[in-house]
Amino acid sequence: MKAKHQRLILALVALAALIGAGLLAASALKDEAAYFYAPGDVKAKGVEPGKAIRLGGMVVKGSLKRAADGVTMSFDVTDGKATVPATFSGIAPDLFKEGSGVVAEGSFDAKGTFIATNLLAKHDERYMPRELEGMSYNETTRVLQVDQ
Amino acid sequence: MIAETGLAALWLAASLALLQLVLAFVGVKGNKPDLLAAVRPAAVAQGVLTAIAFALLIALFMRSDMSVLLVATNSHSAKPWLYKFAGTWGNHEGSMLLWVTVMGVAGAAVALFERALRRDTHMATLGGQAAISLGFYAFLLFSSNPFARIDPAPADGQGLNPLLQDPGLAFHPPTLYLGYVGLSVAFSFAIGALLTRQVDASFARAMRPWVLGAWVLLTLGITAGSYWAYYELGWGGWWFWDPVENASLMPWLAATALLHSVTVLATRDALRAWTVMLAVVAFSMSMVGTFLVRSGILTSVHAFAVDPTRGSFILGLLALYIGGALALFGWRIGAVREGAPFELVSRETMLVINNLLLTVILGLVLIGTLYPLMTEAFGHKVSVGAPYFDRIAGPIALALMIAMAAGPLVRWRRDQARVVSKRLLIPFGIALLLSSLVSALAWGRIGILPFLGLVIAGSVAVASLAPLWKRNLRRTPLFTYGMVIAHLGCAVSLGGMASDSAFTVEKLVAARPGDTIETAGWQLRFLQIQPLAGDNWTALQADMEVRRNGASVTIHPQSRFFASPPTSTSEAALLTRWDGQLYVVLGEEVEGGRWQLRIWWKPFVTLIWLGGIMIALGGALALLGRERRGWLMKWRARAAA
Repeated sequence: MKAKHQRLILALVALAALIGAGLLAASALKDEAAYFYAPGDVKAKGVEPGKAIRLGGMVVKGSLKRAADGVTMSFDVTDGKATVPATFSGIAPDLFKEGSGVVAEGSFDAKGTFIATNLLAKHDERYMPRELEGMSYNETTRVLQVDQ
Repeated sequence: MIAETGLAALWLAASLALLQLVLAFVGVKGNKPDLLAAVRPAAVAQGVLTAIAFALLIALFMRSDMSVLLVATNSHSAKPWLYKFAGTWGNHEGSMLLWVTVMGVAGAAVALFERALRRDTHMATLGGQAAISLGFYAFLLFSSNPFARIDPAPADGQGLNPLLQDPGLAFHPPTLYLGYVGLSVAFSFAIGALLTRQVDASFARAMRPWVLGAWVLLTLGITAGSYWAYYELGWGGWWFWDPVENASLMPWLAATALLHSVTVLATRDALRAWTVMLAVVAFSMSMVGTFLVRSGILTSVHAFAVDPTRGSFILGLLALYIGGALALFGWRIGAVREGAPFELVSRETMLVINNLLLTVILGLVLIGTLYPLMTEAFGHKVSVGAPYFDRIAGPIALALMIAMAAGPLVRWRRDQARVVSKRLLIPFGIALLLSSLVSALAWGRIGILPFLGLVIAGSVAVASLAPLWKRNLRRTPLFTYGMVIAHLGCAVSLGGMASDSAFTVEKLVAARPGDTIETAGWQLRFLQIQPLAGDNWTALQADMEVRRNGASVTIHPQSRFFASPPTSTSEAALLTRWDGQLYVVLGEEVEGGRWQLRIWWKPFVTLIWLGGIMIALGGALALLGRERRGWLMKWRARAAA
């Protein structure tokens, strides 16, 4: 085989691989990119039940309740504009607490309760999820607050 | 005084870098040996000065000198000494000083130990290393001074993030940085070779050990980081597609591609332009990663501080260096003559496929990591998580594994498709056997990706041993052993990943002391909860008697509370057996005196990291093989003279 032909074949293979990869990325991003919602967005735009999203906001003080099985809990998430009920089964992250920021991964059920499969709390006191911008961290009380 | 000396050492190193840059480029361009004579000493002095600055910062942390801002905000006098020491790089400024130190020391090493490279290319390479160092000195000195003082000094510091208070901190970041920043040497080599137009096989032979060294350390660093995240976060996962993990994975993918293409260039003098390109891309990925992490632009465990000026500074450096290198590439690459041709069925083609697949994965990971930033510019908040990365990286990585198994069985330059397929017969047979076995055992119970993963891991393991088949094992070069072990390591690691995602059993309960929990063939008797105290923490510890047929063992998952900063962490209990790990996390106390427990049995999960260590070991053997041959030749030449 001539060097030119061989180079052409390689170039075509590379091109095909790149196009394939691009299509793969586009379709995967369309399906899998978990869109981030604050409770206000949920109220304004609506989220269909079962769609995988990330819900972020603050855990409302006094809303945290545990079920009888000891490992399921329910709480309300707010961004100051709206409040959404959520449940989670598992061991909550060490830094998950009332009055603190949380990003929950999961989906809504038919009744509008957010079923979280994973909770991402902040990892240290200076770390703030990008998604929780517009809420600020109070140095003295060590609590996230919604900017008014 | 210590802080001021450290700062002075940094300024001095920075000025030497400027001097080194000017001397090297003017000297190479005008061919002035007297100027060039000063380049190597300048590089060595820089390495020494940065090492001194770094050692002084460590000393400040060890002495808990609270008059230094960085120590006051990130340390605490009650911390155990290991975390005072390792805490030096557990913050933004300290880790950037580590970065600059590694760069300086790597430059000194190139000045001292590089013998194979042509002299003018060597000098231009050192000039390139000085050019990139200079930007990071500026970053450190102007926007992240680790030695800044605070007046008045506080009584005590704010402490180190408890998640980082783990022996892993002493090993993972330095190893990762050695690899990450070690790639700057490959970048400088590329700059040097482009400037002196020496892109050929001898250049590749000189560059290969440096690439191998950086790659080995990067592999170890990533493996250690993965294991650390696995046991420290208490989520039972070993990879989270966190932007920072991606930031270390992307240079690794590029370096792996480079490692293979540099071998093609060294042995067959082909893929010249592509190899230079990869050398530029690999370190560019390190810089992109640093930008993503240090600018605070992305959400991450590793994002220490959000500071927009730092972000724009690194973005500027990034544009300057990547843009500059690409411009130089475009300008000079026309002058690089075409490399040697090769046939379609040849080892070269297999390595091109390897490079192509690695680059595609790299591109897709990069897109996924940057996509949230791009959409945010248009006002949408999007997060790209594990589902995206699993879906794109999984299938391509499996294809890559198959190519990896077949590659070493194809001859250089030209081979016959029929002969190659004959050599692949045995691995194929094994794959068939394994898939029928796995499907008989687990069909319908496990997903398609873990299923393929198990089958491919098994057959690739066999195929990767094939290059040793019918060879005299005593006379096989160390380099070949290195390749075989590294490829086998990939199969072992893949086997662990597939097994973990296919067969992990999870149980979530709230139990009282005295209860017995059964899961996956294990019996866990919850004995008691007791308080404990460490150096700077208190803890609640669960004592659990665990047994699977036969003798019992006691394990102790803990919940720890740190006073400064006030946080709690959970210390998972891990019980390692030959066929997997039992992973127990203690949660909170809930009503009725019950305690939350999350229990996983993870069959063969340890293979993931064992594979990682094997990959690094393979790289180290290959490096040793090449170097040893060099020493032997030198020794023989000396003996003959």
